[in-house]
Amino acid sequence: MKDMKKIRIKNISLTMTVVLFAVMFIFGSARYDHFLSLSTFLNLFNDNAYLMIAGIGITFVLITGGIDISISSTIAFTGVFMAYCLERGVPSFVVIPTALIIGIIVGAVQGSLIHYFKLQPFIVTLAGQFLMRGLCVVISEASIPITDPFFKFMALGRIPIKLGESKALNGKIYYYVLIFVVVLVAALFILKKTAFGRAVYAIGGSEQSAELMGLNVARCKIGAYIISSFCASLAGVVFSFYTLAGYGLQNMGMELDAISSAVIGGTLLTGGVGSVFGTAVGAMIQGIIQTIVTYENLNTWWTKVTIAGLLCFFIVMQRIIAVRAEALKGKTAAAA
Amino acid sequence: MKNRLSKLSGNQAFWPVIIFLTIILFNTILTGGEFLSISIVDGHFYGRIIDIFRNGGKLMILAAGMTMVLATGGTDISVGSVMAISGAIACSIINGNLFPQLGGSVAMAIILAVCAGIVCGLWNGFLVSQIKIQPIVATMILLVAGRGIAQLITSGKIITINSDAYYFINGGYILGLPFPLYIVLFLVGLLLLFVHRTAFGLFLESIGCNQLASKFAGIKVNRFLLAIYTISGAFASVAGLIESAGIKGADCNNAGLNIELDAILAVAIGGTNLMGGRFSILSSVIGALIVQSITTTVLALGVPAAYIRVLKALLIIVICLSQSGKFKQYAAKLVSGKKHVRKEAVAL
Repeated sequence: MKDMKKIRIKNISLTMTVVLFAVMFIFGSARYDHFLSLSTFLNLFNDNAYLMIAGIGITFVLITGGIDISISSTIAFTGVFMAYCLERGVPSFVVIPTALIIGIIVGAVQGSLIHYFKLQPFIVTLAGQFLMRGLCVVISEASIPITDPFFKFMALGRIPIKLGESKALNGKIYYYVLIFVVVLVAALFILKKTAFGRAVYAIGGSEQSAELMGLNVARCKIGAYIISSFCASLAGVVFSFYTLAGYGLQNMGMELDAISSAVIGGTLLTGGVGSVFGTAVGAMIQGIIQTIVTYENLNTWWTKVTIAGLLCFFIVMQRIIAVRAEALKGKTAAAA
Repeated sequence: MKNRLSKLSGNQAFWPVIIFLTIILFNTILTGGEFLSISIVDGHFYGRIIDIFRNGGKLMILAAGMTMVLATGGTDISVGSVMAISGAIACSIINGNLFPQLGGSVAMAIILAVCAGIVCGLWNGFLVSQIKIQPIVATMILLVAGRGIAQLITSGKIITINSDAYYFINGGYILGLPFPLYIVLFLVGLLLLFVHRTAFGLFLESIGCNQLASKFAGIKVNRFLLAIYTISGAFASVAGLIESAGIKGADCNNAGLNIELDAILAVAIGGTNLMGGRFSILSSVIGALIVQSITTTVLALGVPAAYIRVLKALLIIVICLSQSGKFKQYAAKLVSGKKHVRKEAVAL
């Protein structure tokens, strides 16, 4: 019975997130014609694959108790960099790995500055954000279209999914969504099954304890930042599949979307708790808000305002849960 | 004499002033003295230096507010959005789109815009002090949503206004000097009085060094945090008024965009520890002048504006590194290690 209670507290955020998603989907279906269909659901993946990938990456950093606000710039930079290189005839099989390696380097530098020199994560990643955004504009101020055949193939290639004869049961997913699936599975594996993943949680719980336990804090902490930046540049690749262009002012303020995805999905900003599966659901909730805003024909800024409101709500809720969990712990300790 | 000099160089504002003077000197040499020239037209002073002071006005105000936030170990990256909100509100009221019953009163527009800034600051402070969200996330909420709110106030349009009284905030002159300078003097003077003539500054430093210890020492930490974020929000709204008066309208997409980095950079150059603790408002204000003059210099050199942001980002990292105790340790080790090697070489 006691165990049940523990589980409930741990999973309450995730459960609420899934319930919220279902409620919003039902709300949309009840309110609008043509909303309830397989393609609406699958389009959440098609339109938000990049956000999910970036969100999964940032979840690692958030679990260690840090923060990375450079990801949106990294995404934009990847897009501009690739578009610029492709325009100059560099083949795509060179450009994509190079872009990903740049992401890894950015993460490694940021992580090292944060860990070795004990700088605050927000200052370092804020500087990183401006650096990458500045570099975007240095490369090109205008939007560069991508005409590379491989990119076109990835952008347009899709798998039709048919569950029945009716139109509502037909949908499609684009190839790049598969990248998200791979990232999700890999992230789940790393966090749950590897020593690295467990150490990431341990650092988030208490860095000092993790160090005293003999865990390699430097490797894990820098590793988390590398994963975050790598995922951001991968998200950048997916985003350029999605838009077939590179533009330096793309995705302004997207780090808030990624962070809200993680928080809505049950990741604690104080570190130590979080799940990448929750982050994916969190990103889908944002997708559904976007869809509803579009259906309502509202100003697109409402999406941002709603997401910010939702983020506040979830953070406040987490606080309440944390306080109650503390109280519960105190009670059991007193009983013992 | 020597004693006096060392006392002077020990002051936190010493190096920023030296840097500022160096940049001015550099520019003067670069332009062959033209940089320093101040002409008087219609009884107003004109010149590059005056421009730096005028255009740096909003940054100086922001830096003053930001110093206190950073001194507590927090941050406020929502200042740019608060600027957009205050500009949007002021222009909408003057335009008659918002609260038409006020009849486009400029005074009411300014008061309400500053009130909006105070509300934004209270909101940030509430999230940080009561809900205990990390300052970066708490203020990022307003950074993103704030621009949205500003858009909703102006219903997504760029508002242009026609009001000489409002233009005066940025373009006016008193005794030949630009009006923004007086706003800076007034606000910074007020803040300095408040911080240094009361125990506020001491408590602030104490909170920045160790929040928990300050709490046990009997300081009402939460109340202080709330006040500090509110001041930052109010200052940001004033900066927003200056900016929107400068462009004679409200542009929610671009008002105060990316200015938070400039403000943090100004504070960092001023020598305030970004980890919290030691701080100096005056140094930050000079830091803001340095940032503004760097921008002016780089533009005068013909470097594309895009590079400025890269330069500033790198500058912040370098300054942070120089403040980091760990970095000093590594550097010391490196230097002493080299000496060691040299000695060995001599022995060989």
